[in-house]
Amino acid sequence: MLEYTDKIRGIARKLLEEGTVDVFIGYKKGSVPMMNEPLLINDPGKADLLYWDSHCGLNLCNYITKRTDRIGIVANGCNSRNIVTHIIENQIKREQLYIVGIPCTGMFDHRAVQRAVEGKEISEVREDGTTLTVMGNGFEKTLEKGDYLRSNCALCLHRNPVEQDEMIADKVEEQKGMDPFPEVGEIEKKSDQEKWEFFTELISPCIRCYACRNACPLCYCPTCFVDEAQPQWVGKSIDPTDTMTFHFLRAYHCAGRCTDCGACERVCPVDIPVRQFTSKLNKDAFEFFEWEAGIRSDQRPPLDVYKIDDYNDFIR
Amino acid sequence: MDDKIFSKEEWEKALEGLKDSHRIFVPVKEGDYHTFARLSEENRPDFDFQNTRLSPKSLILPQSERMFDYSLDEKSEEAHILKEATKESSPQVIVGLRPCDALAIQLVNINFDNPEYRDPWWVRGIESTTSVGLGCNEPCATCFCSSTGGGPFNEKGLDVLLYDLGDNFFVRSLSPKGESLLEKVQGGKSADGSAKEEAEKLSASALEKITSKVPTDQLRGKNVNALFDAPFWDEVAFSCINCGTCTYLCPTCWCFDIQDEVLGKEGDRLRNWDSCMFPLFTYHGSGHNPREKKVQRVRQRFMHKLKYYVDKYETGVACVGCGRCVQHCPVNIDIREVFELANGL
Ligand code: SF4
Ligand code: SF4
Ligand code: SF4
Ligand code: SF4
Repeated sequence: MLEYTDKIRGIARKLLEEGTVDVFIGYKKGSVPMMNEPLLINDPGKADLLYWDSHCGLNLCNYITKRTDRIGIVANGCNSRNIVTHIIENQIKREQLYIVGIPCTGMFDHRAVQRAVEGKEISEVREDGTTLTVMGNGFEKTLEKGDYLRSNCALCLHRNPVEQDEMIADKVEEQKGMDPFPEVGEIEKKSDQEKWEFFTELISPCIRCYACRNACPLCYCPTCFVDEAQPQWVGKSIDPTDTMTFHFLRAYHCAGRCTDCGACERVCPVDIPVRQFTSKLNKDAFEFFEWEAGIRSDQRPPLDVYKIDDYNDFIR
Repeated sequence: MDDKIFSKEEWEKALEGLKDSHRIFVPVKEGDYHTFARLSEENRPDFDFQNTRLSPKSLILPQSERMFDYSLDEKSEEAHILKEATKESSPQVIVGLRPCDALAIQLVNINFDNPEYRDPWWVRGIESTTSVGLGCNEPCATCFCSSTGGGPFNEKGLDVLLYDLGDNFFVRSLSPKGESLLEKVQGGKSADGSAKEEAEKLSASALEKITSKVPTDQLRGKNVNALFDAPFWDEVAFSCINCGTCTYLCPTCWCFDIQDEVLGKEGDRLRNWDSCMFPLFTYHGSGHNPREKKVQRVRQRFMHKLKYYVDKYETGVACVGCGRCVQHCPVNIDIREVFELANGL
């Protein structure tokens, strides 16, 4: 996907020069390996700072919430779905956006790459087509991208943007035929007690830094329930009950809205796979309502509609 | 006390020998990273790491700490009286902390133990702790400790320093606390001249391996308002998601919040880590928030480390160059770049 960089720069420069947009949001190459930084430019002269490779892990939709200017933005499959979700939730207007669509072949799982070199410090990575060459003091190893995708990317059914004004390249082939919720299936098989133990263990290292919440474009409430003081819904210590409450409620607030972009999981400083919570709700949304978040802008999400003639018995 | 040499097995055994009289904390591997945990059957020390993901500050300033408890039972004579919570204050030894993290504890100490204020729990934590450092043979590319008054074998804040010589640890006592600890330790032998030479060489070569350098001594003279109003803050703050990663991982961030938790008629008063990155941090009871905007919060974190602390205590910046925030900020906000921007102003 490296070849996209030049095209992104060209498009951003043109959009800013011609005044089609006021700002352009993309990524710039990070100061450490396997890390890119979200970037906003309003000067066409800075377009060459823009960058794209398979380490664009943060969801750029975070940065458009309630903006009032005209924005150019790069968007791959999941990011475009969050943009659609933002539009139907009135966080941004479609007319404000110029979406540069990126057909995506997935992002690298930086933790898996790190494990592949036994945790040794990586000083440089070089992406080349479908491989990543990882270099450090006294080692060099080439990895196949397909084996080191982030788990949400490996399960992604919408690699091409669902909404765009311009595509940067031809569409890529969509992945088909796999079970998109393999881990949920495993957890569903557990007894209640085992589930409780599983989730207790899962969140035991959590330091309540809220990076998972803040990395998620869905979390735009002016005051999050965990920050509410009157009433205070949840304790602020690292008592496991409070931490669990935070995780369950955060996940439920994402029900029917989560695009499985994986940003929450990417950012956790203590490596907690927090998608274990949201994946279950995505599966439920799919099985109960045939709903995948952010695919359509002409239909309300399942959890904010009520119809007298709803086809589901339980709601009537 | 003479420098000593321990084989690594001997050293591990020596730690076992201290277990009954001390709480021993060691780096253990948890998943893909290292963290400090109390030495036990399950928690085995693993000294093969660059630095722990979380700093050892929680061993002195726990993320959540009970300060007082109280009763709300009107029938009790002690209703509404705060009583100090009982806490573990038996001697603890932190083994394997990196020199940057030891220096960080010294920086934080200036805040918690000074002529104006003495935080009793912090002070007790410091008094009951013996710090056994482990020099860094292989500093990370993100380590810039030699720019912040430290170095891979810096001794400040340490009672003992270990040099990893491969099969052996070269063990040097640096303080009376260190001496008394080593007196209790079984095994080891006096280090000879060649071992000393090897240790010195190791330390010198580690210092040379630090590739990341950034001047941190140019901010003292700068005008605080000019820095506050600098044009670059918006740019620095743009990508920040205002999480607690940088402040919670940072060994020099000390802010906390006080909370009461009540169950029935029993209450606890706790202090929990807090972060200047959270909007709630400065949210007033009136509803006003003096740091309402993200850029104000981002600026605060850097201004505190780079300027306010520098001006107030005159001991240098409140950053030890451990690189944790550089490695783990989810959006790659790099404090070294902020230093450069501030220097350039
Ligand atoms: S919950 Fe996680 S995976 Fe779902 S949209 Fe939010 S950040 Fe993306
Ligand atoms: S990012 Fe990780 S440590 Fe932080 S609150 Fe979320 S799960 Fe907990
Ligand atoms: S600088 Fe990075 S780690 Fe710190 S609050 Fe912002 S996003 Fe989180
Ligand atoms: S500011 Fe960053 S580099 Fe400096 S001590 Fe804190 S975590 Fe380490």
